[in-house]
Amino acid sequence: MDLIANHISHRFGDLAVLDDVSFTVGAGEVVAIVGPSGCGKSTLLSILGGLLQPTSGAPELRGAPPADSLNPLTFVFQDFALLPWATVEENVEFPLLHTQLSAAERRALVEDALRRTGLTDFRQTYPKQLSGGMRQRVGISRALAVRPAILLMDEPLSALDSQTRELLMEDFVRLLADGGMGAVYVTHNLEEAARLADRIVVLSRRPGRIRELVAVPMTRAERGEVAAREKLLALQNQIWSLIRDEAIDAEREVQHA
Amino acid sequence: MLDRAGTPVKDETTRRVRFRGAGFVPASSRFGGWIALALVIALWQAAGSARLVNPLFLPAPSAIVRAIYELAMSGALWQHLSASLLRIGVGWLLGTVAGVVVGFAIGLSRLARSVGITFISALFPIPKIALLPLLILWLGIGEEPKIATIALGVFFSTAISVYSGVDAVPRNLIRMAQSFNVPFATIVRKVVWPGALPAILAGFRITASVALLLVVSAEMIGAQYGIGAFVLQAGNLMQTDQLLAGVVILSVFGLAVGKVIGWLEVRLLHWR
Repeated sequence: MDLIANHISHRFGDLAVLDDVSFTVGAGEVVAIVGPSGCGKSTLLSILGGLLQPTSGAPELRGAPPADSLNPLTFVFQDFALLPWATVEENVEFPLLHTQLSAAERRALVEDALRRTGLTDFRQTYPKQLSGGMRQRVGISRALAVRPAILLMDEPLSALDSQTRELLMEDFVRLLADGGMGAVYVTHNLEEAARLADRIVVLSRRPGRIRELVAVPMTRAERGEVAAREKLLALQNQIWSLIRDEAIDAEREVQHA
Repeated sequence: MLDRAGTPVKDETTRRVRFRGAGFVPASSRFGGWIALALVIALWQAAGSARLVNPLFLPAPSAIVRAIYELAMSGALWQHLSASLLRIGVGWLLGTVAGVVVGFAIGLSRLARSVGITFISALFPIPKIALLPLLILWLGIGEEPKIATIALGVFFSTAISVYSGVDAVPRNLIRMAQSFNVPFATIVRKVVWPGALPAILAGFRITASVALLLVVSAEMIGAQYGIGAFVLQAGNLMQTDQLLAGVVILSVFGLAVGKVIGWLEVRLLHWR
């Protein structure tokens, strides 16, 4: 299943945030969206996932999702969005409650999702008892439980400290390794984008337009190797040079407002 | 200054950094409050026993305890208390159910919100006891107007705390549920309701005291039985020990309700 941004533009009142953004996320492909702060990255992701109505243009799907997918487009949120009154297990089961699945089928999906994120021993804990990294693992586990075709990840690591980010990045690389699941990964962190994405959408300053589509010319497995580091760094620098001046302008603008 | 091995070196210019982070963290000691209360009661009792205060104006605690004991023995206590409890119970329940329903409607529906908030803003400030005479005209002189007064008082506070509670449910949780195609009714049941529960229970604390206030006022205006009527009669007869016995019973009742709500909060909001 492909996810297509078809000429998407968006305004909040008088403020234009996105201007005619078009691209396609192919099946199993990981696309990162980067750009200066306030360029509409998160807005774009909300639109792609059907949580926000764009002013013009539309998100579209092409082809059928995998037969076992319960929620083809599934979000992983920056602030985790966990139910504080529910245990880890209940949080992961939450998106399955309204489905036609039997209790046993739900149980099996929850088990599998908890196992893949290393949360099996934490099933009975409450979110407030967990560290930020573990909370985001619950968010990821919940997303995996519904068998997504495409994960929509909205700065999933930016609320975490750098060591936790590193550990979760390894989890992402592992989860996306077999190509069975695609992702749109919104981030302001170019290193994360270069590490994870097949292609990187570079947005301009607000109103966000596509400045460039950068392909990352390596498999994700290769990128873990020492030899790849220099190449990835060069790629990050290339993207940074695209957005640096605008990032400075964007920063000043935010401070005026 | 450190020497190369890392041990501090002292000389005449070394001085300790002054600690300046003290205060602003008042912690209440476990028994302090009880000791203070016991002291006040002991002083009061001593003043009474020594005849320093006229028992007609302020009877000693022992006299109040005796009055409560006699009331309990004669059955009068239960007669008054049960009349008040019935009014509070029925009135509070009616007002709370209606308030929760209307509060949720205002929190979830645009139409209910525009209409509801206008009406509530207009009617909430009215002291509900002022409506008792009107309610007596409408409903007769039985229990109904007293119950209706309490229900009205409880209703408005409940509706306001419920819709504020619904408004305070983090939007990101609702968006999360929507992103998983969770149907509206399930979102209300599994996200909005538990999310609003802290505010709803906090509202119960307020409405319990509103109900107590209104039952006493209504009973003072016109009732044969009830703690309010009893306190008023005792005052008219200058039976200050009986009067204060009634006040103590009200205070104990208020404390007990507070404890019950506190227990509910611990049980239902353990996740906080």
